Amino acid sequence: MNSSLLFIVLLCLTFFSYWFGLKRSLSVAGGSDHKNELTSLPEQFGLLTALVCGLPALITLLIFNSAEQLVIEQLLTTTLPVNIQALSNIDLGLYLNNIHSIASSETTQGLLEGIELQSVNSSHAFTIQEQFKAALALQELNQQSTWLKTGLVLVIAVVSVIVLVRKFSLTFKARQKSETIIRALLLASSAIAILTTMGIIVSVLFESIHFFKSVPPAEFMFGTQWSPQTAMRVDQVAGSGSFGAVPLFAGTMLITFIAMLLAVPVGLMIAIYLSQYASARLRSFAKPMLEVLAGIPTVVYGFFAALTVAPVIRNIGEQFGLSVASESALAAGLVMGTMIIPFVSSLSEDAISAVPNSLKEASLGMGATSSETVVNVLLPAALPGIVGAILLAVSRAIGETMIVVMAAGMAANLTANPLDSVTTVTVQIVTLLTGDQEFDSPKTLAAFALGLMLFVTTLGLNILALKVVRKYREQYD
Amino acid sequence: MTNSTKRSIENSKMDNTLPLTRSSTQLSTTLTTTERVALSLTKRLQKEKRFKSIGLFTVFFGFILVVILISDITAKALPAFHQHWVKVDINYKDNWLNIDESSAQNLLANPLAKRMKTANYRKVLKNSVYQMFSPPAGKKLNRKEKRQLFKLFSTNAEFTIKETLIASPDHFNKKVSIWVRLDDDVDSYLKEGFPVGEAGLRISEQQAQWISNLESENRVERRFNISFFTASDSREPELAGIKGALMGTLLTLFVTLLLSFPLGVAGALYLEEFAPKNRWTDLIEININNLAAVPSIVFGLLGLAVIINIFELPRSAPLVGGIVLTLMTLPTIIIASRAAIKAVPPSLREAAFGLGASKMQVTFSHVLPQAMPGIITGAIIGIAQALGETAPLLMIGMVAFIVDVPTSIVDSATVLPVQIFLWADSPERAFLAKTSAAILVLLTLLLVINITATVLRSMFEKK
Repeated sequence: MNSSLLFIVLLCLTFFSYWFGLKRSLSVAGGSDHKNELTSLPEQFGLLTALVCGLPALITLLIFNSAEQLVIEQLLTTTLPVNIQALSNIDLGLYLNNIHSIASSETTQGLLEGIELQSVNSSHAFTIQEQFKAALALQELNQQSTWLKTGLVLVIAVVSVIVLVRKFSLTFKARQKSETIIRALLLASSAIAILTTMGIIVSVLFESIHFFKSVPPAEFMFGTQWSPQTAMRVDQVAGSGSFGAVPLFAGTMLITFIAMLLAVPVGLMIAIYLSQYASARLRSFAKPMLEVLAGIPTVVYGFFAALTVAPVIRNIGEQFGLSVASESALAAGLVMGTMIIPFVSSLSEDAISAVPNSLKEASLGMGATSSETVVNVLLPAALPGIVGAILLAVSRAIGETMIVVMAAGMAANLTANPLDSVTTVTVQIVTLLTGDQEFDSPKTLAAFALGLMLFVTTLGLNILALKVVRKYREQYD
Repeated sequence: MTNSTKRSIENSKMDNTLPLTRSSTQLSTTLTTTERVALSLTKRLQKEKRFKSIGLFTVFFGFILVVILISDITAKALPAFHQHWVKVDINYKDNWLNIDESSAQNLLANPLAKRMKTANYRKVLKNSVYQMFSPPAGKKLNRKEKRQLFKLFSTNAEFTIKETLIASPDHFNKKVSIWVRLDDDVDSYLKEGFPVGEAGLRISEQQAQWISNLESENRVERRFNISFFTASDSREPELAGIKGALMGTLLTLFVTLLLSFPLGVAGALYLEEFAPKNRWTDLIEININNLAAVPSIVFGLLGLAVIINIFELPRSAPLVGGIVLTLMTLPTIIIASRAAIKAVPPSLREAAFGLGASKMQVTFSHVLPQAMPGIITGAIIGIAQALGETAPLLMIGMVAFIVDVPTSIVDSATVLPVQIFLWADSPERAFLAKTSAAILVLLTLLLVINITATVLRSMFEKK
C-alpha cells in the first residue's frame, strides 16, 4: 500500500473505531438503557477511541515517511560495489538518481530480463548489469519498506484501540481523557506559528552563516559592487569582492521612497476625507474601491507597471528630452505606491477614528473649521497611529517582490535618479534562486543572506510600529 | 462691541471681500479678537474649501486608478479570446505523405491506417500551401518566399491535418479544404493591424499581401479561442492555454484550505478559550502578529530550505506550494478567527457552563458555531490572499515550464499567478494578450471567492 492509500485506510479505521468504542462502552454499561451508569457519554468513549486509533498511527506514518528515503538510500549504498561506494558525494548522488529512475521506469520482470540480456562480456554491459542489479535491489527495498510501513501503522492503530477498549469500565473517565488530548492538539496548532518563525530564523540564519564564511559580513554590508553571476566559478578573479549589497539596499530604498511619496499623502487624504467629510453614499462606493485596490494580486500590479506605466513614463520623459530607462525606478515605485494606498488609508483611518470625539468636538466648538480641526487636533493626536501605519507600509514596500521583479531592473546601479534602473533586495533573491541551483555556491547562499536582511528589517519595522501604536493607545483608553 | 465692528461682521457675512478690505484699512490699529476672527474668516473658509476638494480629489484619484487598471488590462485581454483560422486546400498525396500505395506488398505488411500515423504531414502542408499560392505564368516561389509562406501557419497546423486524415481516411489521395490555426504573429496582425515591414515586426509586406488575398477569398475566420481554457502552457502563443495553471491553482488551494482552516481555527480556539495568561501565550501572540507582516518571499525561502531541502518533498509540487501558503495565511486566519471568537457574548458560555457543560463542550458546541461566520470570512480572505500569491512559489520551483496538466498534489505544476509572470516575460507579442486574459481569469476567481464569502456570511447570520 502506498502512503495515500494507507492514509485513507487509516481514516476509515478511525471512523470505525469511533463506532466500535461507542458500542463497547454501551455493552460495558449493559445496553443502551443503562448508559446513564457510565461516567461519560458513549459518544465520548467513541471519540476517545477514534483519537487513540488515529493519532499514534498517523504520527508513525509521518515519521516513517520522512525517514524512509534516507534509510533506503543508506541500505542501497551498502549493497553497491566498492568502487562505486568510494565515489564522491555528488557522483554517488547522480548514480543513485540514475538507479532510482531505472527502478521506477522498469518492471521487476523487465529488470531480470535486462540483466540476462546484458551478460555479454564487455565493460559497458557490465556497468549496465550492475545498475540493473542495484535497481532490482532498490525495488526490493522499496517493497519491504512499504510492507513494513503498512504493517507497523495498522498494528499500532489496532493494538492501541484494543489496549484502550480493555480498560473501559463504568467509572472510566473518557470525557476527561479525550478533552486532554484535544487540548494538546489545540496547543500544538497554536504553536505552529512559533515553529514557523523558528524555521524561518534557523533556515535563513544557518545559510547566511554559511555564506558569511566565504564573504565577510563587512564586505556584504558595505561593499558597493554587486555582481553575483561572475562569482559562480571559483577560479575567476572577478568573483572576489562582488557581493557588496549597498546598491541593492539603495535601490530598495529609492523605490520605497517613491512609493511612499505617492501612498502617504494620497492614503492619508483619503482617510481624512472618508472619516470627516464623505457622505454615507460616497463611503459605500469608496470602501469597495479601496478593497479592490488592496485585493489585486501583486503580479497584476507588476504587469501593469512593466507594460503600461513604464512605457508611458518613458514617452513623457523623452518629450522633455530626458533619458529614461525602460525599467525605471519611478514606474515600479509609483505602482507600488498605488498598491499601498489602501493599506495606509485604512490604518490611518483607524488611527483617526480612535481619537476621542471630545477632542474633535471641543475644537469645533471653539469655532475651528473642519480642516483646522483635522490639521491641528486630530492629526497630532493620531500621529503615533499614523506613524505606525507608515512604518508598516514601508515594511510592506521593502518586502514587496512581484512588482519590482517585473518592473525594476536586474543591474545593480548605485544611483538616486528615479529615471534610472535600479534593483532591489527581493529582485536579487528571486533572480539568484530561480535559475540553476547549487546549494553550496555563494551565489545561492547570498539569497539567504539577503533574506536575513529583509527579515530583520521588516521585523524591526513591525515591532517598532506596534510599539508606537500601543504606546499611543494607552494614552486614551 | 462698537457699532462699526458690528457692521463689519455683518458686512463680512453678507459680502465676503469688499467691506473687509475697507474695514481693515480703517480699523487696523484697534482690532479686537472677534474682529480679527471675522477678518480671517474668508481666508479660513477658502482654506477649508480647498482642503475638502483636495480630499475629494484624492478619493477620485483612487477611483481613476482602479478604472485605468481594470480597463487597461481588459482592453489588452480582449484579443486573446478570439483566434483566426484559415481554410487551406490540403492535398493528401501519397508521395507527399511518404505512403507509397503502389507496392501492395508493403501495404499488406503495414496497413494504411497505421502508416497514416507516422506519415510526413509537414511535407503535405508545405506542398499544398505552395500549390495554393503558386504565382501564375510559370514563375516559381523562391526559397525565402516559401519559408515566409510556411510561417503563416501555426506549428499545430500539421497536427490538425493529421487528425483530419486519421478521422476520415477516405481523404487519402484527395484534395480537401481544412481549417487550421494561423501563426500568432499573423493572428496579432489581423487583430491589431500594425504596419507591416517595419523593423522588429514579424510580418513582411509579401506576407501581408498573402493574408489580404486569403481574406478576400473568405478563407480567414475569427473564432472563439476555446483552447485558451482547454490547453496547457505552450511555447507557441496561439496554442497556449491556462488549463494546467488553473488545475495547479486548484490543487494548491485545496492543500492550503485543508491545512490552514483546521489549524487556524484550532490555534485561535486555544488562544482565546484555553490559553492561560502567561509568557508562553504572549510569545505566541506576538509571534502571530509579526508573522502576518513578514514578506511573503521569506516564506518561500523557508519552503526551499526546510520543506524541499530537509524534508525532501518534491519540487514544483502543489503539496509544497500548499504547505508554504498555509504557513503564510495561517496568521491571517488565526487573527480573524480570534476576533470572531472574541465577539461571541460571554453570556452564552456562562449559560452553557451553568447547565453543566464541560469547557470543551462549551467551546465546540456553542462558541464555535456562533463564531463560524467570522471564521469563514477570515479563512476566505486568507485563501484569496493565497490565490494571488506569486513570490514564495517562485522560490520552490513552481516557475518551471510545464506542459502536462497536473492530476495530483505531487505532480509538477504551476499556478495562475506564476503563469501570468511567465507569460509577461515572453517576448512574443501575442503573449501580451494571453497574460492580460489570464489576469482577467484570476481577477474573476478572486471576485467569485469574495462574493462567496459575502453570501456565506449572510447565510450564517440569518440563522
